[in-house]
Amino acid sequence: MKKMSIKMNLNHKDYAIEVDTSLTLLELLRDDLAIKSVHRGCEEGNCGACTVLLNGVPVYSCITLAVQAHNSHILTLEGLQREGETHPLLTSFLTHDAIQCGYCTSGFILTAYALIDNADSLNATDIRKGISGNLCRCTGYENIVKSIAAAFTEKQNGNWW
Amino acid sequence: MLGSRTLPHWSYHCPGELKTALQLLDKYKKKCKVIAGGTDILPAIRRGVLTASDALQVVDITHIDELSGIEKHQNIIRIGAATRLAEIERSPVINKYAPILAQAINEMASAQIRNSGTIGGNLCTASPAADTAPPLLALDAALRINSQQAEKLVDLKSYFLGPGRTIMKPGEMVSEINFPAMKKDERFFWIKLGRRNVFTLSIVSVAIWIKIKNGIVYGIRIALGAAAPTPLRLLRTEAYFTGKKLNAELIENGIQLIPEEINPISDVRASAAYRTDMAMVLTRRALISCIA
Repeated sequence: MKKMSIKMNLNHKDYAIEVDTSLTLLELLRDDLAIKSVHRGCEEGNCGACTVLLNGVPVYSCITLAVQAHNSHILTLEGLQREGETHPLLTSFLTHDAIQCGYCTSGFILTAYALIDNADSLNATDIRKGISGNLCRCTGYENIVKSIAAAFTEKQNGNWW
Repeated sequence: MLGSRTLPHWSYHCPGELKTALQLLDKYKKKCKVIAGGTDILPAIRRGVLTASDALQVVDITHIDELSGIEKHQNIIRIGAATRLAEIERSPVINKYAPILAQAINEMASAQIRNSGTIGGNLCTASPAADTAPPLLALDAALRINSQQAEKLVDLKSYFLGPGRTIMKPGEMVSEINFPAMKKDERFFWIKLGRRNVFTLSIVSVAIWIKIKNGIVYGIRIALGAAAPTPLRLLRTEAYFTGKKLNAELIENGIQLIPEEINPISDVRASAAYRTDMAMVLTRRALISCIA
């Protein structure tokens, strides 16, 4: 097949579309569906700027084929937004100065979201290991780690979705 | 709108059954590539390391149920070749009966890669530094290799031929990896040395299986990664230790055999001399911890 019809749920909405079988998930999301939070970084599966959640787990959308999203749930930063409400994880990034140029941020937030969502406990070492697939050239990571730790506390206090 | 390093407009197949996949492999032979997680093949095409044209037939094996999953049957652990690394890492069966494999996978790449990449892909890419290989060699693993004509079991220690090369012929694919479950009074050690703590190719890695009875080495398997054109077992070094009383002096003498059995390269990560030194250091470290 050069083209294939796929069904997927993207940010809580169902899609049925036809895609080139050589299209990557990054190209589908960013170029075809205008999901601009997903960024093109290395396009080699190294930097993490293209990270999305596929069935709840972080993957590099640049080296995932669009057809491999068939029958899957995809979540991007746009999907964490609620009407008029900023997600506590994003608030934590903002209040802890964990964002400078912002290019790595959406990837980090999704990786951190999956990390926090699936953890019963999370110390600094766990966090650093968990985000090791995302690179930041600006911040030096300290504030990113702090904001994730603080967001985990928010989750434990019930401020999470 | 595409980047400058675009993927070719290949033909894509996603069979739901192994026999269909094998038919495709037999039909297209060298013109086809198996894809599961795509974490090796897609970057390789982008970088131009792997040539791919519109004529390529891509066979996606992630829809074939029997190729994914982990089970223990009697004393053998079986892992489907298309099982994601992350699934193996967190598997209760693996953590109980082959924790060295879970430990090695935990130190591979990143969470994103482990969520997509598969154990079969790691072995089929056949990097000399493949991190699942030394643990599987220490586990004395075998591979089930299928083609439309035949199915065979191959010891992993005979599988690698050189960097990126294996015994597989066009039309063949790995369907399963299996190995005996860890027994009581067997111990495993895994140490990976890299230029940093995470998301790094190995400079050298050591996987050891050892069985000690009354202080005597009853059995030992020493497997190294990134120390030769293929991941390999150090058979002569193993033979030196077998049947002897394990103590610091024996270890010091035994590791002197390692430089003769390995053949590391100098590359961007380390010199051959450093790799040789570290192979000895890591092996010594692992074995010293058995003496206690």
